[in-house]
Amino acid sequence: MIPQAVDYKRAGSVSEAISLLAENPDSKILAGGHSLIPAMKLRLNSPSLLIDIARIPELRYIEVRDGGVAIGAASTHHDIISNADVQSRYGVMIEAGELIGDTQVRNVGTLGGSIAHADPSADWPAALIALNASIKVEGPNGARELSASEFFLGFFYTALEEGEIVTEVVLPAPAAGSRSVYRKFMQPASRFAIVGCAASVTIDGGTITDATVAFTGVSADGAFLDEAVGAALVGKSASLETIEAAANAAAEGVELNEDHYASKTYRKHLAKVYAKRALVGACGL
Amino acid sequence: MPKITVTVNGTQRTHDVEGRLLLVHYLRDVLGLTGTHVGCDTSSCGACTIHLDGHAVKSCSMLAAQADGATITTIEGLASGDELHPLQVGFKEEHGLQCGFCTPGMIMCAADLLKRNPNPTEQEIREGLEGNICRCTGYHNIVRAVQHAAVAP
Amino acid sequence: MGNGGLIIMSNKFIGKSVKRVEDKRFITGKGRYTDDINLPGMTHAYILRSPYAHARIKSIDTSAAAAMQGVVTIMTGDEVGHYGVPCGWQVNFKNGDIMKEPPHPLLVKDKVRHVGDAVAMVVAESREIAQDAAEAIVVDYEVLPAITDASKAVEAGAPLVHDDVPNNICFDWEIGNPKAEVDEAMASAAHVTTLEFVNQRVSPNAMEPRSYIGHYDGVYDKYTLYTSTQNPHLIRLLMCAFVLGLPEHKVRVVGPDVGGGFGSKIYHYTEEALVTLAAKKTGRPVKWTETRSEAFLTDAHGRDHVTKAEMGFDGDGKIVGLRIKTFANLGAYLSTFSTAVPTYLHGTLLQGLYTTPKIHLDMTCVFTNTTAVDAYRGAGRPEATYLLERLLDLSALEMGVNPTELRLKNFIPAFDGVTQPGYQTNVALQYDSGNYHGVLHRGLEMLGYEDFRKAQKEAAASGKLLGVGFSTYIEACGIAPSAVVGSLGARAGLYEVGQVRVQPTGKVSVFTGAHSHGQGHETTFAQVVADRLGIPMEDVDIIHGDSDTVAFGMGTYGSRSLAVGGSAIMKSLDKIIEKGAKIAAHKLECSPDDIEFVDGKFTVKGTDKSLGFGDIALTAYVPHVYPANLEPGLDFSSFYDPTNFTYPFGCHIAVVEVDKETGATKVKRFIAVDDVGNVINPMIVDGQIHGGLAQGIGQALLEGVEFDGNGQIINGSYMDYAMPRADDLPMFELDRQVTPCPHNPLGVKGAGEAGCIGSTPAVVNAVIDALWSAGHQVKDIRMPLTSERVWSAMQS
Ligand SMILES: Cc1cc2nc3c(=O)[nH]c(=O)nc-3n(C[C@H](O)[C@H](O)[C@H](O)COP(=O)(O)OP(=O)(O)OC[C@H]3O[C@@H](n4cnc5c(N)ncnc54)[C@H](O)[C@@H]3O)c2cc1C
Ligand code: FES
Ligand code: FES
Repeated sequence: MIPQAVDYKRAGSVSEAISLLAENPDSKILAGGHSLIPAMKLRLNSPSLLIDIARIPELRYIEVRDGGVAIGAASTHHDIISNADVQSRYGVMIEAGELIGDTQVRNVGTLGGSIAHADPSADWPAALIALNASIKVEGPNGARELSASEFFLGFFYTALEEGEIVTEVVLPAPAAGSRSVYRKFMQPASRFAIVGCAASVTIDGGTITDATVAFTGVSADGAFLDEAVGAALVGKSASLETIEAAANAAAEGVELNEDHYASKTYRKHLAKVYAKRALVGACGL
Repeated sequence: MPKITVTVNGTQRTHDVEGRLLLVHYLRDVLGLTGTHVGCDTSSCGACTIHLDGHAVKSCSMLAAQADGATITTIEGLASGDELHPLQVGFKEEHGLQCGFCTPGMIMCAADLLKRNPNPTEQEIREGLEGNICRCTGYHNIVRAVQHAAVAP
Repeated sequence: MGNGGLIIMSNKFIGKSVKRVEDKRFITGKGRYTDDINLPGMTHAYILRSPYAHARIKSIDTSAAAAMQGVVTIMTGDEVGHYGVPCGWQVNFKNGDIMKEPPHPLLVKDKVRHVGDAVAMVVAESREIAQDAAEAIVVDYEVLPAITDASKAVEAGAPLVHDDVPNNICFDWEIGNPKAEVDEAMASAAHVTTLEFVNQRVSPNAMEPRSYIGHYDGVYDKYTLYTSTQNPHLIRLLMCAFVLGLPEHKVRVVGPDVGGGFGSKIYHYTEEALVTLAAKKTGRPVKWTETRSEAFLTDAHGRDHVTKAEMGFDGDGKIVGLRIKTFANLGAYLSTFSTAVPTYLHGTLLQGLYTTPKIHLDMTCVFTNTTAVDAYRGAGRPEATYLLERLLDLSALEMGVNPTELRLKNFIPAFDGVTQPGYQTNVALQYDSGNYHGVLHRGLEMLGYEDFRKAQKEAAASGKLLGVGFSTYIEACGIAPSAVVGSLGARAGLYEVGQVRVQPTGKVSVFTGAHSHGQGHETTFAQVVADRLGIPMEDVDIIHGDSDTVAFGMGTYGSRSLAVGGSAIMKSLDKIIEKGAKIAAHKLECSPDDIEFVDGKFTVKGTDKSLGFGDIALTAYVPHVYPANLEPGLDFSSFYDPTNFTYPFGCHIAVVEVDKETGATKVKRFIAVDDVGNVINPMIVDGQIHGGLAQGIGQALLEGVEFDGNGQIINGSYMDYAMPRADDLPMFELDRQVTPCPHNPLGVKGAGEAGCIGSTPAVVNAVIDALWSAGHQVKDIRMPLTSERVWSAMQS
């Protein structure tokens, strides 16, 4: 399997990447290439120019900022899960990141590439939504910042506009008493999520004061924030009964995904089971 | 055509390559390093695993152009001279291979695993090799081969 | 001869886990698979395949492609469609009519019959150009309705895969006792267990994709085909005699290192003939290597039976009858062995390990708009084992008895085949030797049956679902005795050739027609030769895979290499020693009868007068002091045609845990006690078992080719087709019993397929057991047991 003929340029800076993108209408950004190149090999995607941003130094960093962590878009999955500042703050990032693909994929694939690609079964989107991360994008008209739930709009569809690239993801400082986890039910062949559930819960004196629960894989429209589950938790005691009731509200009213491994009915059932499991973890039960 | 310079198994190589040339084809067809194999077309099997700047990567899922400036080790460059790498020894001693087709990729992936985690548990070995498919061994002896290498001095 | 042959040998190597000779090249990246070979001036082929399962070709326009720079030639069905690949086994209809054998053209010109059917081949300067050009070929198709399910393909009004094959039936067939006798036995049964199930289609997925290089040397008028095959000579024979009409002595077929086969590389594929033709046409070497996507569409699949089976028991739990109706899917075309698999390799194994007095199989073999189905690891025997062993465990559940006691009660009593005769089954075969109680008892010891049942109850109390499943299997290996298979319809007997050439310096070259694709022949065979001749293993070279160096051969499949190929080598070794004894007797001035050959020395019995093997070798080539009437040289070739199949058997036990909430199933323990006869290299035999177990467990839990209504494979890539990965499997618990094969010189039975034959039903039985323990009395869950299927079964 060989891609169609394509030109290749390595951008030295974000601004160069943005200009190259603007100058070449049929071009595409190449980061890790671990979604794009497989698609090009199958000739599902055939750009005329690839603009490689993976080695732009200003895109590959992980730094503590205001108690949170800022991650450059070209940071690899492995960079993130092996970073001590991420490890000490965001269980959900570590648990989600460790379950992305395999060692080799994690060594190359990038955070920016994953979220720009917005595969409806990708892991990072759910984690970023649950953490209420913000995503910085930059284009010919300057830079913008969006919340994760504003960014992910659907099936391989984001708020990125023509000519824009993702530059940074900012994870806010975790609240005191918060804990975040990720639980994933894998498709046995690709190991993408049939259901991935990211949950971040803050508990104060036994009472849940904040809860965000996000899913991936469940909906044909990609990762989403399940507000009903969160709402069913806040103000309640962090108990198994609370969790079970809240988990039962999961994935209602969404356009469910289906494939030969999981029908809509089964997926919805799994969403509830995995919501429960994630919440049990996030509540430390 | 992009021009690339890479250091492969210690030797610097420079070539003009087509933009679409996959790294695995560069290694196999241009450099004649046929120890790196192609077992699938969906980045799933790991037969093509090499080390790029010290990390295990699937060379079927990268362009040769992306490797410009990188240091690459393939299975042919893993041993130091006549002295086999402990994983090569482990695979032979524990019968970690049958047809041998997955073996180079397995060994290169396991080498990355042992670098990060010199003493992995059985479960960690199994998870560490999840990106590599072997159809012959049932993995039993591959796990033992990695354990063999892990305890090697 | 029995295993007597073994005893006279030294056993420095036999029975030892000698590390493999071939490993060095593989672990250093120096293996040489077909795609690793590049010949000067080589071109690359790409095959344009049908995107439809069933369609008439209205026109093919290659003009734009042909005009592209770098395109060397384009071939279509108009040019080569009159060539087709044959089927090797003839099976007759019940009424005696010969099976339907429609042509399988190299390239199709009238209508395509499955997704992936080959329409055109582009040969170009590079792989890239070949693919680009193929995409520029315009084919106008008239799409026709497609049929993929064998049991539905026979219904009136179903689309016809081949216009001249009514109801898509290739043949119908039966084996066993007269149907009326079986019906009577079933009617008298106190309990009948009925199971309707699908033994699903799987894709073999050897990790090395198929790869071929055609080469033609005009100076010598000689063709060479490099091919990733399990049997180079058979490919040469079929291609020369039945496909292209080439003179066999002008064709060399080389099988370099082969990256796994599992059956899928036995067959003669159209692309082998295509690259050969293209090499002649273009005067340049032509390489074709399939992609994994193509492998899913074109490598012969395995299994695909739709079955209704009934097993009857008397009031004491003795089996009184077995009645089966199966539809076997052969795919769109007949592959080399395809007709033998559901019949001679399946129907003949339905006795299992049991004394079942009345058995009847009614088999219908059917064409569909799918990839051809042929032998996949086990070939027919896994299907037979699955059927029997599922019935046994299910019957035990239904009758409320212990599944292992039910088996023990019905086992054929032990027999060694030497002092006691072989066991004549009701389905044609005669088992050679067996001790079936032994393997089950050992398996139970390893499991701890009562302990498990206790653990199962305790686990249930804490919300966990455990289950245990059993499978006691038998298989027929060492294929195949010419007389037996000839009477069954094979167009060739499957003997083997072994040549032993002792060089003047006493080093030994062994040429075998068996062809390793991972089994370690270079090691196992060398162990046998070194011990037989009393020389170091380093002095033995095993040569295989090249029709120009090896006289003839039938290749490697059906767990035959050692049992048949090894026996041929043993025959040649006997001849070497016999001749050596004559030379030694002459030099030592005694009668050859007074010479004994022990530990590499020819010794005058009862004396210390002896000559080493090396001395005799040199004398054979420098015959100054030499017996009259004896030819110089020490080089013998033998053909070994087995007198019977060999019959390995064993007991497999799976322990699974099912996640109640999701249906996800994990194999916690897998116990395998196999009896494969004598063992030359335990390490290699264990490795073969491990690999087979993984594939058998894979079929139970993960694997299965699925088609949509249009005949498209919906999971034709590793992103969708699940196969076991390292973290899907446990460490295996193995043990062995040894009941030597009484009819071959090594006493070996074959170990290549056992793991794959026994394991699948054990896993499925374990899941069913887990579900029954929680009150879900389901009979069957369709394989693979995906979590959704298991979960759904628990919702009833
Ligand atoms: C075998 C395998 C298994 C995988 N398993 C998983 C899994 O389990 N879970 C999971 O989440 N993912 C999985 N992935 C996907 C993997 O995480 C990819 O690496 C990731 O989705 C894409 O990141 P990338 O850097 O490789 O992006 P690329 O492939 O380079 O790019 C992907 C897309 O995003 C665009 N793009 C890239 N970077 C930017 C940017 N900074 N700004 C704007 N656009 C950009 C590209 O133009 C392209 O359209 C798997 C991939 C493989 C090959
Ligand atoms: S060939 Fe690279 S992952 Fe399969
Ligand atoms: S040894 Fe054959 S695929 Fe692993």
